[in-house]
Amino acid sequence: MSDMIITLMTFSPLVGVLLLFFIPKDSHALLRGVAIATTVVTFLLSLPIMFGFVTNAEFQFKEFYPWIAAGPFQMNYNVGIDGISLWLVILTTFTMPIAVLSTWTAVETKVKEYMIFLLLLEVGMLGAFVALDMFLFYIFWELMLIPMYFIIGIWGGKNRVYATLKFFIYTMAGSLLMLIAIIVLYFKAGAGDFNLLRFYGLNLPLATQIWMFLAFAFAFAIKVPMFPFHTWLPDAHTEAPTAGSVILAAILLKMGTYGYVRFAMPLFPEASEKFTPLIATLAVIGIIYASLVAMVQEDVKKLVAYSSVAHLGFVMLGVFALNQQGVAGGMLQMLNHGISTGALFLIVGFIYERRHTRLITDFGGLSKQMPVFATIFMIVTFSSIGLPGTNGFVGEFLVLIGSFESKLRWYTVVASSGVILSAVYMLWVFQRVMFGELNNPKNKELKDLNAREVAIMVPLLVMIFVMGLYPKPFIDRMAPSIDKMIQITKVKPQVALQAPALPVMPAGMPMGQPAVEGMPAGHPAMPVNK
Amino acid sequence: MFENVWLIPLFPLIGFLINGFFGKKIKNEAVIGGIGTLMIFLSFLVSCGVLMQLIGLPAEQRVFEKVVFPWIHCGNFKADMAFLIDPLSAVMIMVVTGVGSLIHLYSIGYMHGEEGFYRFFAYLNLFCMSMLLLVLGSNMLVMFIGWEGVGLCSYLLIGYYFEKKSAGDAAKKAFVMNRVGDFGFLIGLFTLYWWFGSNHNIWTINFVEIKAASHLLPYGGVVTIATLCFFLGATGKSAQLPLYTWLPDAMEGPTPVSALIHAATMVTAGVYMIGRMSFVFIKSPETMMVVAVVGACTAIFAATIGTAQNDIKRVLAYSTVSQLGFMFLAMGVGAFGAGIFHLMTHAFFKACLFLGSGSVIHAMHHALHHGHLHDDAQDMRNMGGLKKYMPITFLTFLVSTIAIAGIPGFSGFFSKDEILWQAFANPYHGGLNIVLWGIGCIAAMFTAFYMFRLVFMTFFGECRINPKVKDHLHESPLVITIPLMVLGFLAVVGGYIGMPKLMGMLPNYFEHWLDPVFELANEYGKEYAHVGHHTHALEWGLMGLSVVIAVIGITIAFTMYMANNKLPEKFTSTFPALHRAVYNKWYMDELYDFLFVNPCKGFGNLLWKGFDVVVVDGIVNGVGKIFMGLSAGIRGLQTGYTHNYALGMTLGAVVIVALYIFR
Repeated sequence: MSDMIITLMTFSPLVGVLLLFFIPKDSHALLRGVAIATTVVTFLLSLPIMFGFVTNAEFQFKEFYPWIAAGPFQMNYNVGIDGISLWLVILTTFTMPIAVLSTWTAVETKVKEYMIFLLLLEVGMLGAFVALDMFLFYIFWELMLIPMYFIIGIWGGKNRVYATLKFFIYTMAGSLLMLIAIIVLYFKAGAGDFNLLRFYGLNLPLATQIWMFLAFAFAFAIKVPMFPFHTWLPDAHTEAPTAGSVILAAILLKMGTYGYVRFAMPLFPEASEKFTPLIATLAVIGIIYASLVAMVQEDVKKLVAYSSVAHLGFVMLGVFALNQQGVAGGMLQMLNHGISTGALFLIVGFIYERRHTRLITDFGGLSKQMPVFATIFMIVTFSSIGLPGTNGFVGEFLVLIGSFESKLRWYTVVASSGVILSAVYMLWVFQRVMFGELNNPKNKELKDLNAREVAIMVPLLVMIFVMGLYPKPFIDRMAPSIDKMIQITKVKPQVALQAPALPVMPAGMPMGQPAVEGMPAGHPAMPVNK
Repeated sequence: MFENVWLIPLFPLIGFLINGFFGKKIKNEAVIGGIGTLMIFLSFLVSCGVLMQLIGLPAEQRVFEKVVFPWIHCGNFKADMAFLIDPLSAVMIMVVTGVGSLIHLYSIGYMHGEEGFYRFFAYLNLFCMSMLLLVLGSNMLVMFIGWEGVGLCSYLLIGYYFEKKSAGDAAKKAFVMNRVGDFGFLIGLFTLYWWFGSNHNIWTINFVEIKAASHLLPYGGVVTIATLCFFLGATGKSAQLPLYTWLPDAMEGPTPVSALIHAATMVTAGVYMIGRMSFVFIKSPETMMVVAVVGACTAIFAATIGTAQNDIKRVLAYSTVSQLGFMFLAMGVGAFGAGIFHLMTHAFFKACLFLGSGSVIHAMHHALHHGHLHDDAQDMRNMGGLKKYMPITFLTFLVSTIAIAGIPGFSGFFSKDEILWQAFANPYHGGLNIVLWGIGCIAAMFTAFYMFRLVFMTFFGECRINPKVKDHLHESPLVITIPLMVLGFLAVVGGYIGMPKLMGMLPNYFEHWLDPVFELANEYGKEYAHVGHHTHALEWGLMGLSVVIAVIGITIAFTMYMANNKLPEKFTSTFPALHRAVYNKWYMDELYDFLFVNPCKGFGNLLWKGFDVVVVDGIVNGVGKIFMGLSAGIRGLQTGYTHNYALGMTLGAVVIVALYIFR
């Protein structure tokens, strides 16, 4: 059984889906019960992976089954987990029960379908994180899109049709380019299957790399989302039901950044080096731009959505710094963002459920009426701001110190000013919602959080402090895989010459070859180191 | 004791957790306040133990590092949760836990009957923990946890009366301005880390390791950049120009908070940080000059504003800003020991002053409440003659005022005079020294003036409170007056451990104590020092001068507010514009709104409604519309009539055949 643990975990939500089919659509309690039980089981199944993971750079718990052999195409069911995907998988299984629990009273119509879509979504997300076969990855990648489309489109707010369409077409446009690039990559690699590891050492000509990097980068940039491809996100978030927003923010966006770390960068090292200044520029613009826009939002949820764009700008900056601190910081920041922004969306959901409005001006002085809520909101706010001692700090700090060490130094200085802006917009919204006099009569009857709502938040709050005070286990486990990813991606002429001496390289990596022709040493577009 | 140093921040953390989680259920004020006070007092006891053990060691062995647990290890970056004990941190923990204990005790009385009593004590404990992390941290990142942690607690405590909009605004302002400083701190940290790492392969943020490697640092250059960034951090935390405007607003918090956080401890963090990294700062003559100039300018600038305020706490707030300016002046001229010495004496007398003002406000509030009056309990124009009603508060307040004014024999005299002397005599800034000294002297005169103005307006003259409620004015209870007496006592005698050598009565214990911390910095400073020779006569002379200056300030205050109290009005009517400008704090808040706050909001709106909605979404929706338009056109072809399709097929066939034929 233990050698099938990934499959068991990934597809366990499908069992729940099957069960749900046989439950009458009116027995809401049972439907909810089965859904939550399923996600909890999935979480429990992911625990052996977390505890059984051995800290090294290899893919673990690997499973390999031949799947499709059609003419020249060979697709395999090829899955495995390394330090990069490990925590994202855990984040997914950890977030899902919370998301399901948050729908308890929020969704009263078509509960059955809602739960089914949530569970299908989980399969898609887990599959995308564990897939080592590019074709398999693409299937899961698309699989995520469909349930999300329905979740926003059916259970969303007033403007949901526009929002879903925008979300769907935006993402689809990106995925199509990626699909083409995957196919091209397959043909460039010569006979074989879609095994990702096989593609890592291809040493493609720079021109090819550039086109293919752009295709991948575009798909992932939309998903992240990076400035200027971000406008689908505020719309999708505002229209999505709470659970949808939580999953979207906590996990789906990570697909984009994960895509860079796993695919776009190591597959096309020279191209990604060439585009580093561009991506860093967009990341930094994203941080500042989204923060400024977040500051003036009137809708709390939109504000949180824009803050997501800013946070993910930090992730991108760290990842493209391409050193241990930067990438590890970026990875941590993905987890942190999942926890704190997920929590923020839950918080917005709590007050929306009570007041059916998200306009900041409708609130004020809630601290008095809802002290527990106030405390939780405050902790999450400071986690989002990145206060030392909370998770947000560790990731942000490592990103910044990593990118400062790299050639992205000046970008870092600009990005660091984002720490001021995040305090401005988060504290301002907190003040306007929670502080002041409770003068809106509609708010005088508000009830504080109930036991279920507190129970939803507690795991997130615990993680905020655990990851802030003791991030060591997280960093330690991802470190070897990150080292390896950096080694693959960092193709500098001198590194390539020393390459044979490096111990951990994926099999099939042609070593000792000079970097691709046409790659000038110390590209002029780069800020020069030192 | 050294091994157990982690207990020092742990006790207040426990207090925070108990009161934070269970305070609401405990309800009993004595228990809540007792726990809070006991916890910080336990820290004080451990700190005493640490100090004793440190004293027992030979001077050069007085450094000890304790790693509690590994925190962030990532690649070559390493930051442990680790504490550093040396003479400097020992002074700081004694001040924080000692003054902290007294203020906790005081708060039991002062906060009596407040709805959020437990919340207050939880925050206060949390603050102490953060402050202790700040001063004990053995690397920059632990210091930074404390650094931001105290900012958080300051935010929570300024916003304690969160229903008041002004409190919420002040809290946010404090945090954001501190964040501006934190930005500088981070960039400074990055710069040092990167420079040592990339040039010497020393990847460290540990103070001891940086000190050991500090000889590698160049003079100026990268050090100037790094230290200026750190100094930006210090200006935010310690309310120096240009980031000082949050501190006067921070008076929205309860008075014990003003005493503990915004006078005695947190705001001195910037001074401490420069002291902690003296061996880096001294390597940049430029930064040293900036620190000294900013300090001197802040000292005089805030002092002028202090002369025109009528709110008792606001006068003290500007006084704090000004006194912090003196400390930075000291750091900037390389008088690190004197700066830390003033930090300590200031903690005594300023805490006493704030707590005294709290006692006054408490009494005023109580009396006004009895009469159902809504007069401002903090406005000195409503006070007067209070010495009759509150003798203990008056005496302790007077003693502390004398101390801050710089009258010989009291603690403030020793430390301030040391700063002024070193500003004059220290060898780093050439001709600028005398200017710095001059500014300091004038600021000292203003200090004596506004402090005695405060004392005269509050405690002397006739009682201006509504006569109806006069009989309800009482001295505060013991729980409030005991801390006042202790601090008042310290405000008198606290200076004798640092008596100038010149007086020759006692050796300057304090300076000797800190010698091991700062001797390396002094060593580095010799590189660009122009040592001049100053006679003892000169030192005596300047000391006498500074006493004269203080007396002049007091005399002016006496003339204006005691002998002839028509004078202030005459003054304001003669120079209305000047008075208005000073009263309105030289319009600094308005300037910041104009320069930063409004443009940021405007720019955000422009980006959102202009760029996001019009440009980006315009393109996105435009593309969508193009496709919809195209499809609308093509849809026209799908008529559903068989003959149309037949025509299409025929035409297609003709085209294909034609292509084949004419190819």
